[in-house]
Amino acid sequence: MGSEKRRGGTCRLFGLGVVLSTAVPALVAQGNLTVFAAASLTESLTAIGNGFEALHPGVTIRFNLAGSQVLVTQLEQGARADVLATADSRWMQLAADRKLLAGEPIVFARNRLVVVMPRSNPGRIDRLQDLARPGLKLILAGAQVPAGSYSREALGRLASAPGFPRDFARLALQNLVSEEENVKAVVAKVQLGEADAGIVYASDVTAALRSRLAVLEIPEAANPIAEYPIAPVAGGDLALATEFITYVESAAGLQALAAAGFLVEGRIR
Amino acid sequence: MTIPDRTPLGESLGRLTLLLLAAVLGLLVALPVIGLAFRVTPARVLAQLATPAVQEALWLSVKTSLAATVVAVLLGLPMAHLLATRDFRGKRALEVLMDLPMVIPPTVAGFALLMAFGRVGLLGGALSGFGITLPFTTAGVVLAQVFMAVPFLVGAARAGFQALDPRYLDAAATLRAGEMHTLWRVRLPLALPSIVAGIGMCWARALGEFGATITFAGNMAGTTRTVPLDVYLLLNENLDAAATLSLLLIVMATVLLAAMRQAGLGLFAPPRAPRLAPLPGR
Repeated sequence: MGSEKRRGGTCRLFGLGVVLSTAVPALVAQGNLTVFAAASLTESLTAIGNGFEALHPGVTIRFNLAGSQVLVTQLEQGARADVLATADSRWMQLAADRKLLAGEPIVFARNRLVVVMPRSNPGRIDRLQDLARPGLKLILAGAQVPAGSYSREALGRLASAPGFPRDFARLALQNLVSEEENVKAVVAKVQLGEADAGIVYASDVTAALRSRLAVLEIPEAANPIAEYPIAPVAGGDLALATEFITYVESAAGLQALAAAGFLVEGRIR
Repeated sequence: MTIPDRTPLGESLGRLTLLLLAAVLGLLVALPVIGLAFRVTPARVLAQLATPAVQEALWLSVKTSLAATVVAVLLGLPMAHLLATRDFRGKRALEVLMDLPMVIPPTVAGFALLMAFGRVGLLGGALSGFGITLPFTTAGVVLAQVFMAVPFLVGAARAGFQALDPRYLDAAATLRAGEMHTLWRVRLPLALPSIVAGIGMCWARALGEFGATITFAGNMAGTTRTVPLDVYLLLNENLDAAATLSLLLIVMATVLLAAMRQAGLGLFAPPRAPRLAPLPGR
């Protein structure tokens, strides 16, 4: 009786082997892909992820969207991921220094900053100089968040631009009422009308928000263009991660990024 | 009377299982605290406490949580008294409403506060007419803390009011004391232990408030960045500093809870209002 049982087991094992060997080509694109991405990539990467899933029916993509600094801290504390995309090179470099990556990061998109106000414009902001008017409510992302450090850099550059008072940055920062943990929280509070203005990425003014937000452009010379690097994460599924990154860099991926307001000039083939 | 099937083996296995499960829970709560303590050295605590940013956050936390507790007492005691002494239509709904902040996610509470007291909220226009702004202000922090912490005070004080021996009240009524007089001279003093327990819990909850504060009042050093918000920020910058501040919050809460236990005033401790000796023949 015992030997019969064993024979049955061998047969089943053999059968499994056949199934496995025939399934091998499809296995490359099977399973879950966990993407840790900066909050500002929410709409664009979700769209790209949908495209990737359509091409790879066996793959499910899960996103963890947060401030870049939060993502790196989470990875450091042992969170499992396959791909990391941050909103500046500083945090990606930190991730590399801390041996969290499985490959070289590549910059796949750029983003410019804009000033957003609620449509009703309660602070009566008509030009960038108005940001320094006392009593205004300005919100920015925290200084450790990429969007926050870019915003402060922009204010500093504007202070030395013609037509701006030299203490423009100081005056504007005196109007700061809250430092948010990611750029989407800035968008939310401006959209709610709680703040008079905030500084966010152009890509944060999504199609759905265009009717609710008024936008002031920051001149190119004062605009610190944000760079978005992407890399496979150590301990993740390297093959699938590489495939995803290649897709982000493909024409379809870049078109989705451009549609979301990112700068990808000259890169759509 | 004897209970059937009570074998010595089953009995001791049962006891062992209960002990083991209790031990698991004890470790579940103790280990994170111990883990934090391992990251922190006394020298580091002192160094952290010396930094202006931490002092600012600490002072703001103490200030706002005490203010929130005072407001909670002023508004919470009348509500507790009402719920303890009156029956009326809609009382059940009011009870549920008073419990609500204890169970809704703090972030949801903060968002809801914005919808009510924010600039574009229900009362936002009226408030700004009076020159009052709550989001992004210290007053907003206090409001968020009151919202989240007041149920602890109402619940404890109400239990205290209700646990009074009715004969004290009968005695007061015999002496023709009015309701207000009875409240002031009989109910309040007798319910005091429960009220103090409620105040302690309310203060501890206000001190630890995070989600409603960051959503409603924002995160700004000196104005709205209390110690829990500072911990959240430091988690991205300086884990040692975050651990130190976390431990500080835990120590403050522990001291408070231990003092209350010592005085017999735990949150779920049975109220200890004095009882009259039973009358003979009862």
